[in-house]
Amino acid sequence: MARYETVIGLEVHVELKTGTKIFCPSSTAFGGDPNTHVCPVCLGLPGVLPVFNKKVLEYAIRVGLALNCKIAGFSKFDRKNYYYPDLPKNYQISQYDLPLAEHGHLNIDIDGQVKRIGITRVHMEEDAGKLVHQGSTGVASYSLVDYNRTGVPLVEIVSEPDIRSPEEARAYLEKLKAIIQYTGVSDCKMEEGSLRCDANISLRPAGSDKLGTKTEIKNMNSFKALQRALQYEVERQTEILEEGGQVVQETRTWDEARGVTLSMRSKEQAHDYRYFPDPDLVPLVIDRRWVEEIRAGLPELPDQRKARYVKEYGIPEYDASVITASKDLADYFEQCLEGYSNAKAVSNWVMGDLSRLLNAHDIDIARCRIRPAQLTGMLKMMDGGTISGKIAKMVFEEMFETGKDPEQIVKEKGLVQISDEGAIASVVDEVLAANPKVADDFRSGKEKALGFLVGQVMKATRGKANPEMVNRIIRERLR
Amino acid sequence: MELVYMTAHELHRMLSAREISAEELCRAALDRIEKLDGRLGAFITVTGDLALDQARAVDRRIASGEEIPPLAGIPVAVKDVICTEGIPTTCGSRILSGFVPPYSATVIEKILARGMVMVGKTNMDEFAMGSSTENSGFFPASNPWDTDRVPGGSSGGSAVAVAAGQAVVALGSDTGGSIRQPASMCGVVGMKPTYGAVSRYGLVAYASSLDQIGPISRDVADCALVLNAISGHDPLDSTSAPGDRPDYTGFLNREIKGIKIGVPGEYMGEGIDPGVREVIGGALKVLSSLGAEIEEVSLPHSKYAIPAYYLIATAEASSNLARYDGVSYGYRVEDPKDVVDMYSRTRSRGFGTEVKRRIMLGTYALSAGYYDAYYLKALKVRTLIKQDFDRAFEKFDVLICPASPTTAFRKGEKMDDPLQMYLSDITTISVNLAGIPGISVPAGFSGGLPVGMQIMGRPFAEGTLLQVAHAFERSTDHHKKFPEL
Repeated sequence: MARYETVIGLEVHVELKTGTKIFCPSSTAFGGDPNTHVCPVCLGLPGVLPVFNKKVLEYAIRVGLALNCKIAGFSKFDRKNYYYPDLPKNYQISQYDLPLAEHGHLNIDIDGQVKRIGITRVHMEEDAGKLVHQGSTGVASYSLVDYNRTGVPLVEIVSEPDIRSPEEARAYLEKLKAIIQYTGVSDCKMEEGSLRCDANISLRPAGSDKLGTKTEIKNMNSFKALQRALQYEVERQTEILEEGGQVVQETRTWDEARGVTLSMRSKEQAHDYRYFPDPDLVPLVIDRRWVEEIRAGLPELPDQRKARYVKEYGIPEYDASVITASKDLADYFEQCLEGYSNAKAVSNWVMGDLSRLLNAHDIDIARCRIRPAQLTGMLKMMDGGTISGKIAKMVFEEMFETGKDPEQIVKEKGLVQISDEGAIASVVDEVLAANPKVADDFRSGKEKALGFLVGQVMKATRGKANPEMVNRIIRERLR
Repeated sequence: MELVYMTAHELHRMLSAREISAEELCRAALDRIEKLDGRLGAFITVTGDLALDQARAVDRRIASGEEIPPLAGIPVAVKDVICTEGIPTTCGSRILSGFVPPYSATVIEKILARGMVMVGKTNMDEFAMGSSTENSGFFPASNPWDTDRVPGGSSGGSAVAVAAGQAVVALGSDTGGSIRQPASMCGVVGMKPTYGAVSRYGLVAYASSLDQIGPISRDVADCALVLNAISGHDPLDSTSAPGDRPDYTGFLNREIKGIKIGVPGEYMGEGIDPGVREVIGGALKVLSSLGAEIEEVSLPHSKYAIPAYYLIATAEASSNLARYDGVSYGYRVEDPKDVVDMYSRTRSRGFGTEVKRRIMLGTYALSAGYYDAYYLKALKVRTLIKQDFDRAFEKFDVLICPASPTTAFRKGEKMDDPLQMYLSDITTISVNLAGIPGISVPAGFSGGLPVGMQIMGRPFAEGTLLQVAHAFERSTDHHKKFPEL
C-alpha cells in the first residue's frame, strides 16, 4: 500500500454557447478578427452597465441539473477584483457566496467500479479577453489585447476533493465533458478553450483524514496534460514529503514541453479579490416551476443512455460506456441501428475501425464521411456473404477516404466475394498440391496448419474467397 | 427680463409664439458662457457649434408649423460625468483626458430626442467626489453669488451654469448630495430622484448603489419638465425601476393643505449654521400658513449616515474606478517599464488626491479580514437608516430640513480637512442611502448667500415633493433673485 493518499479537486470552466454575451448583445462566436465582437459594455467603457442574458441562466441551470445539483431559489452576482490587462473593468462579474447551484455529483467508472465524485458548486461568470504578446515571453516589449472573448458566458464547476488519482481526475473531466455536451449548452472544446481545467492537489499519509498542503495547477490544455501534470505533481510532492520536507502552498503552471510544473505565485502573493455584491445587477429570484420545466426538457444523459444500450441493445457495458462517452458518437451509433439490428456488430465497427480512423486523422465524428446508412450497408453486404470481413475492412477505409457507398466501392474494385463452390475448390486443390507437407501436418492432427492453408487460398483470391467455404472445402479434401 | 434668466416653461411659450428663436436663445446662453466662464469656471467643454446646429433644427421645426415639445430649443448644460457620443467626457479627471465616448447616456438620448440644446459639459469634483468643485482635475468653479466662495459640489458647474444664466436647466448627478447641496448654495432648484427613477446608463459610476442623475433648474416647474424628459424605465440599466412614470407637471399648482411635514431634529440641531436654521424655520412657517401640518420627527440613526456612506461609496468606487488603468483609453504614462509600472504611475498621476484617498479607503473596507467589520456593518447601518425613513413616512408625507448645513463656504476653507468637507453632506447623504427622492428649493438668504430647503419623500413620490416645493415657491420669490455678475 502506498504511503501517501492523493487528494484532488478540479475547477472546470465551460463556455456556454449562447449567441450573445452574458451582459451585452455582442456575439460570442469563436475566432473573428480581434476586437470585432465587442461593444461599449463588454469593453468596460466608463458609464456602461451590465444587463444579464437570461439564456445564460437557463443554460447554467441545465448544467446544474445534469450534475444533480440543487438549484438556488435566490442567487446574485459579485465582483471579483483584480488587475489584469485582459479584464477591461479590472473586476470580473462572478458569483461568490450565493452560487446558482450546489451539492451535486457525477459518477465515474474506474477499474470496473462506479465512483461518485461530489460537485461543490456551479456558478456563472464572464470570461476575460486574450493577450497577444509581441515577441517571446519575457522579452515582449508590448502586448495586444483582444476583447472578443471578454464577456462570453462561463460556468465554473468546482468538485469536492473526492478524486484520488490522476486517472480519476481524467475520468472525472471526461465524464463532465460528456454530460455537458449532452445538455447541449457547450461544445466543450479544450483546444478552443471552451473547456478549461485547474486542479488542486495535495498528499496526506494513507489513513489520515486531515488534508495536506495543496498546490493549484494551471495551464493543462488536454485530458492527457491533466493526467500527466497531476502525475508529475504526485511524484514531486511525494519526493518532498519522503525527504521530510513541506509542500509549499502555491499556484503552479504545467509546462507541457518540459513535462514539469513550475511555481507561478506563492500564497503570500495570492490575490485578495475583495468580493462584494455587484451593485449594477439585481439579485436573481429563480422560479421553481421554471427550473422544473428545464429539468423536464433535459435530454437523456450519458449514464441513462449507457444503461439503455445495455438493456435495449444487449451490448456489453464496456461498449456502452465507450460509445456514450461522446454524444455525437452515440447519436451515430443509434442512427446506424435505425436500419440494422445487429448492435454488437455496429458497436465493434464504431469502437474499432471507425474510432481508430477518426483518431488517426484527428477528425470529429460529426465530420466523418461515412454516413450511418453506408456503414450498415457494408455490414449487410457482409451478412449476405457478398463481401468477407477482410474485404469489409478495405471497403471501410475506402468509404472513410471518399465517402462513396459500399456497393459502389465493391463494384468498382471487383471485391465481390467468391462463393462459387467449384471456383473455390479448384483454388484449394492448387494450394494443397503446392503445400503437401502442410496438408500432411493437418491430417496428422495439427489444427494450426489449417490457418496457413486458408491464408494461402485467400491470398490467391486476393481476399475474395468466402472464408467459411474455404474452411469447409479444405476440411473435406483432407478428411 | 433678460432672456438668460427666464425659465424653460416661459421660454417655451415665447419660442412657440415665435417671439424669440431657438438660435437667439442659444446664442444668449453661449454669450453668457463666453462672458462669464473665465470667472465662474462652470464649463469644461463648451459645445457651441453643436448647440447652434441643434437650435437651428428646432427653429426649422417651428418654422414648418410643428408644435414643439416643452423643452425643445431650451439650452441645457450637462455634468461632465454623463457620456456624450463624440464629445469629450472627463469626469473632471486628468485620467480621462482624450477620452471621447462612442456612445451617449440614455438621458442624453432622451433630452436630444426632445430637442434640447446642449451648450456644454460642466465642471465637477473629480469623479463626483467632493462638495465644493475644488477637486476638479482642471480648475475650481466659483459661486456666482460670491466668486471667492465655492458653488458646492460635486455638480458645482451645473448649478453655477443655471444660477448664472449660462444655461436654462442642467443635469447633475447626486451620490451623497451632489445635486442638492450645490443647488442650495447657488440658489437654484435641484432634485435627486428615487434610486432607479432615472437610467444610470452612461453615467460614469462613482458609487453605483447611490448614484442618480437629476435636474437642476431655476424653478420647480422646470424641474418637473426635465424630470419628465429624463425619467423612465431603461432596459440598459438593470437597476432602473419598471413601469411608467407620471406626468410630473400634474403635481404643480396644487394645494398642500393638510399635508403632513416632519422635521427631523437631527438635521436642525448641532452642526447646522444658525443662519441656515433661521431661514428653514421661516420657510416652515410659510408652509404652515399654507395649511401644512408640521411636527418634529426623529431619524435616530442619522449620525451613522456619514461613516456608513464613506464605507459603501468608497468600496464601490474602489471597484468602479479600477478600469482607469491606461490600457485602452484615457491617460497613460509614457514608457512604462512593465504593466504594473504602467498601472501604478498612470493612476498615481491621473487621479487627484481625494479620488486616491477614497479608492484607498474603499479598498481597505473590502479587504479580507475587514469586510465584515466595515463594508458589511455599513450595509446594516444603511438598512437601519432606511427603516428610520420608512417609519417616518408612515406618519408624514414629506420631511424637511436644510439641504446644506451652511451657506457657500470660502474657497480653500475645507480643502485641508477632508472630514469637515464630508460634513457638508450631512443632511443629504441619508437620502441616497435610503434610495428616496430629495429636492432642494431656494428658501431665502443668510448673509447674502442662498439657503436651500430640502424636501424628502417616499420612494417614487417625486410628485409630492414637487407639489410641496411648488406651493412654497408660489408663496415666495427667492427663486426670482439673481446674482449680480
